[in-house]
Amino acid sequence: MLRDITLGQYYQTESVIHRLDARVKLAGTLIFIVSLFFFKNYWGYLVAALFLAGVIKLSRVPFKFMVKGMKAIVFLVIITVLFSLFLTPGEALVSLGKLTITKEGLNTAITTTIRLSMLIIGSSIMTLTTTPNNLTDAMEKSMRPLKKLHVPVHEIAMMMSIALRFIPILLEETDKIMKAQIARGADFESGNLLKRAKAMVPLLVPLFISAFRRANDLAMAMEARCYRGGDGRTKMKPLIYQKRDHLAYVCLLVYFVAAVVIGRLHF
Amino acid sequence: MAIELEHVNFIYGEDTPLAVKALDDVNLMIPDGQFIGIIGHTGSGKSTLVQHLNGLMKATSGDIRYNGESIYGKDFEMRKLRSKVGLVFQYPEHQLFEIDVFSDVCFGPKNLGLSKEEVEERAKDALQKVGIPETMYYQSPFELSGGQKRRVAIAGVLAMQPDVLILDEPTAGLDPKGRDEILQQIKTLQTETGLTILLVSHSMDDVAEYVDRIIVMNAGKVMFDDVPKSVFAHVKELEEVGLAAPQVTYVMQELRKRGFEVGEDATTVEEAAKAILRCLKA
Repeated sequence: MLRDITLGQYYQTESVIHRLDARVKLAGTLIFIVSLFFFKNYWGYLVAALFLAGVIKLSRVPFKFMVKGMKAIVFLVIITVLFSLFLTPGEALVSLGKLTITKEGLNTAITTTIRLSMLIIGSSIMTLTTTPNNLTDAMEKSMRPLKKLHVPVHEIAMMMSIALRFIPILLEETDKIMKAQIARGADFESGNLLKRAKAMVPLLVPLFISAFRRANDLAMAMEARCYRGGDGRTKMKPLIYQKRDHLAYVCLLVYFVAAVVIGRLHF
Repeated sequence: MAIELEHVNFIYGEDTPLAVKALDDVNLMIPDGQFIGIIGHTGSGKSTLVQHLNGLMKATSGDIRYNGESIYGKDFEMRKLRSKVGLVFQYPEHQLFEIDVFSDVCFGPKNLGLSKEEVEERAKDALQKVGIPETMYYQSPFELSGGQKRRVAIAGVLAMQPDVLILDEPTAGLDPKGRDEILQQIKTLQTETGLTILLVSHSMDDVAEYVDRIIVMNAGKVMFDDVPKSVFAHVKELEEVGLAAPQVTYVMQELRKRGFEVGEDATTVEEAAKAILRCLKA
C-alpha cells in the first residue's frame, strides 16, 4: 500500500556520480538550483537542461525510475501553472468568460513549470546517487564552521540520519497496524471527515507507542556501544576529496558561469 | 461452511524488476472445526497465505470461496468475511490502543454495529476464554506483562465471535511457560467451541501436540498437507527446506534404529513416553 514512494530514494548502481564526494553533490545541487533563478531568457534553461541530461546520463539511473518518483508532485505543478496562467495581469491573449490568459501569465507558467521540474529532477539526482548516511555526513562536514556558534551540528546530522532510516520502518509498521485493525472491523475509508479522523486513533496510538519503543531501544543500543555525541568521534569512511571531486567542482563552476552569462544575454 | 482456495497466486511488486512470487498455485480446502497448523520457513508465504483468507490481500489470480461464495465477487461483503474469519497478527499486542483492557476488547464487536449490552457481553466472554481475570478489566493494557497483553489482543479478535480463528505465530517472543499456556488455551477453545483454527508457526514442536492437520509451505507452494504423523515421516524433505520434525520424532527414530520396538505412531512427548514404557515392559 504505502511502499511505492520513491521520492528521496537511493538507487544502487555503479557510476561516476555515485562515487563523487557527497559534499560535491550537495554543493552542485545548490549551485544548479540557484542558477535556475538567474535566467532571463530560454537559452539559459536550455544550457541547464543539457547539463542536467549529461549528469543523468553519467549517473546511470534510468530516467523512467526518476520520473516515477515525480508523480506525487505533478499536482503541485498543475496548481502553480493554473494560478499563474489566469491570475497574472498584463496583455490579454485569450479570454474565456471571466478568465483571461495574458502574455505575461503564459510566460510565468512556462518558466515555473520548467524551473520546478528541473529543480525536482536536480535534487532527486542527489538523493538517488547518494546514500542517506553519506548525505548527512556531508552536511555535518560542510556545516562544521557553525560549531563555533554553538550549533549542535553533529547532533542535527545524527537526528537526520536516524529520521531517514526510520521512514521505511514506520511505513511498514503503519501498514501492519492498519491491517490488524481492519481485521478487527476498523474502517479507514468511509464516513465524513470527523469520523475518519476518529478512525485514525486505533492506528496512531499504536504507531506512536511503537515509535517510542523503537527510539528507546535504539538509544539503549547506542549507549551500549558507548555513543556519546560527536566529540572525538572518528568515521569508518571519512570524506576526503579526490582528484575527480576537484574536477567536478571545476565543471560546476564552468556550468554556472556559462549558464548565467547565456541566460542573461539580451538578444 | 468452509474456505476453499483454488489456484491462488500472489506476486509482490508485479511488473517491477523486484517481483516476488509469494504464493504459487495454492489449492486448499479448509473444512469446519479442524485445528490446522501452517508451517514454513521465514518467507515461505505462510503469512501471505493467511492474509488472503480474510481478504486483507487480494490474490493476483485464482479464487477463494467462503461457504461456496467467491470472496472476490461483486456483491460479496468483505466486512462480513472479516468478522467471520478472525485474524490475530504476529505480536498482536502492538495493536492495543484503548485506555483499558475492556474497552480494547470491545473495539471489534463495536465495529460490527452490535448493541452496547451485546458488545460488553461478548468482550467479557472473550476475556474469560483467554483467562484474563475481571480484576484486570480496567487496567491500562500497557501495564500488563507480555503474555497478558497478547492474550488481551487475542480476546479482541475472539470477541467478534469468528467461525475461523487464524493465529500468526501466537507464541513468538514468549517464554516456554507463556507459550504452553497460550497453546493450551487455544486447544481448549477449539474443543469447547468447535472453532476452526489455523495456527501459523515455524516450529513443528509448537504445533505437533495440538493440531489435526499440518500444511507445510515452501517457496509459496504447499509442500505437504496431511495429518501430523504422515508429514513427520518426510523428515529428510523437511530438513532440506530448513524445517525439522519435532524432537521426539528423532528420539523415536534413533530408538528404532537401535532395535527398540517403539512403533511409528508417536508424535507428541506423551505418546512417545507411553510407547517407550510399553516397549520396556514387553
